[in-house]
Amino acid sequence: MSAGTAYQTGRKLKNRTSLMQSIRNSLTMAYRGVLKIRRTPEQLFDVTLQPIIFTLMFTYIFGGAISGDVASYLPVIIPGILVQTVITTSIVTGVQLREDMDKGVFDRFKSLPIARIAPLAGALLADTIRYTIATVLTFSMGYIMGYRPDGGFGNVVLAALLVIGCSWAISWIFAFFGVIARTASSVQGISMLVLFPLTFLSNAFVPVDTLPNWLQWFAKINPISHLITAVRDLTNSGTAGSDLVISLIGAAVIVLVFAPLTVKAYMRRT
Amino acid sequence: MTNGEWAVEANGLVKLFGENRAVDGVDLKVRAGTIYGVLGPNGAGKTTTIRMLATLLRPDGGSARIFGHDVMKESQIVRQLIGVTGQYASVDESLSATENLIIFSRLLGLGRAESKRKAAELLEEFGLAEAAKRPLKNFSGGMRRRLDLAASLIAQPPLIFLDEPTTGLDPRTRNQMWDTIRRLVKTGSTVLLTTQYLDEADQLADRIAVIDRGRVVAEGTADELKASVGTSSLHLRPQKPLDIERARQIVERVLQVPSSVSPEASKITAPMDDADRVTDLLIALRESGIRLAEMSVQKPTLDEVFLTITGHGVPEEEESEAGGLAKKKEAVG
Repeated sequence: MSAGTAYQTGRKLKNRTSLMQSIRNSLTMAYRGVLKIRRTPEQLFDVTLQPIIFTLMFTYIFGGAISGDVASYLPVIIPGILVQTVITTSIVTGVQLREDMDKGVFDRFKSLPIARIAPLAGALLADTIRYTIATVLTFSMGYIMGYRPDGGFGNVVLAALLVIGCSWAISWIFAFFGVIARTASSVQGISMLVLFPLTFLSNAFVPVDTLPNWLQWFAKINPISHLITAVRDLTNSGTAGSDLVISLIGAAVIVLVFAPLTVKAYMRRT
Repeated sequence: MTNGEWAVEANGLVKLFGENRAVDGVDLKVRAGTIYGVLGPNGAGKTTTIRMLATLLRPDGGSARIFGHDVMKESQIVRQLIGVTGQYASVDESLSATENLIIFSRLLGLGRAESKRKAAELLEEFGLAEAAKRPLKNFSGGMRRRLDLAASLIAQPPLIFLDEPTTGLDPRTRNQMWDTIRRLVKTGSTVLLTTQYLDEADQLADRIAVIDRGRVVAEGTADELKASVGTSSLHLRPQKPLDIERARQIVERVLQVPSSVSPEASKITAPMDDADRVTDLLIALRESGIRLAEMSVQKPTLDEVFLTITGHGVPEEEESEAGGLAKKKEAVG
């Protein structure tokens, strides 16, 4: 009888979730993420402090040695620091996802008739707020220190969007670690291990041709280097070249590979 | 159209955690519109069973249907028919009660305004309206459970799983929870609840499955289960403790059964098949001038049932099998 009443309420039973529903569910989950950030602003500590400290520190440490003076180093370092900081921030996405998944509320998400990808996609989407904060702060620090990008404001905004978009793509990798790892701290560990070589063995801080040959080879194929070059092109000269295309393709490939992997691992996990 | 008679049909459900058979061939049939209690000690496999029925865990063997829909093949349909309230409140700690309910409502496809209205309505109904804006961190255990249950009811699912809904609640809050559960069933829902409390199963459930070491060891109504353990018992307490030995002789003579005396309570207890014999006994006692302070006939409590079924009363064959499974862990969260 009660089954009957359920059907009478006009509920349509479907065993598939449509694309529209997936997007709607993901946006709701993103809204949840935003609420969470607003409730626990201390979570934003890292994205506020790191850009400020790193920008100051690296610019004054390396500025004189690499470019002769701080002012001429700024166009090199600001895009480098930007990419490094924002991508480092995306590790937190994986760590928080892991912590979140251990809580009871994820059981409820699983028992709801919603798109399976929504809890993950929503969390990742909400974290673009973190990337935006880090990006704005890094550019602001640069501006305070005397950085005046030649590309103009419009191109700086484009570069910012590029970095935020690519970080969102890369965060799927850390989300994957987050889903398969046993504890939050191990996510942090694995992610750092991946990220340190990637961000430092690049053209972020130094010109690549000062590196030994074998390292040059790695720094040149390193996707992070391409992203940094794309950002430099945009901010410093307002041009878009092959590096931009490579970065976008790379980001797309990462999402195409890791999003399904992550969702699958998430489904298998209990 | 699906079969409306059975809300849950599980056949031979199995779940392995490594070597451990956490659920070892569970059969359950729950009629729609009833409260069904799954009773068992910690680690018996209750939570694991519920998690499989609620599509949270994939069974390693057997099959289960919810209103005729297979939990594995039609999981997304099943999710549209159920509400799950877990052992640990499955709500978002960092958000407020209202925000929690709004998010769940939105996920279930309600519009913005509709979600707000639904949240307010449920908070009112569950007596949480005053605390609606506060973050959950400051909620008591009872408030969290109520919010949790409220969240399960947003879509008015025809079947609700409650995993130990009152564990850790004080008696008053427990009674409120019981009232809520009874009200749910009146509105046509089916409830499958697990509990460690015999009292709870006795109070709420239309039928009970006793589960131990991953198996259903007994099934029936509370009365059937009690009857399966055997006879009622008679409890007698004379006014004067000195009379107790004489009274006992009379009890044994009239009822023709051995009796026992609890020294501290100075109470006589004797098994009794036929309640009608009490009349004879009382007359005999009055004739010998023994005055009574207390007299009662009790059916066995579910506690006794439980001990008998899960303890020494377990049939030989199962006992030997269960020996290897002495250590068990229930999968939670």
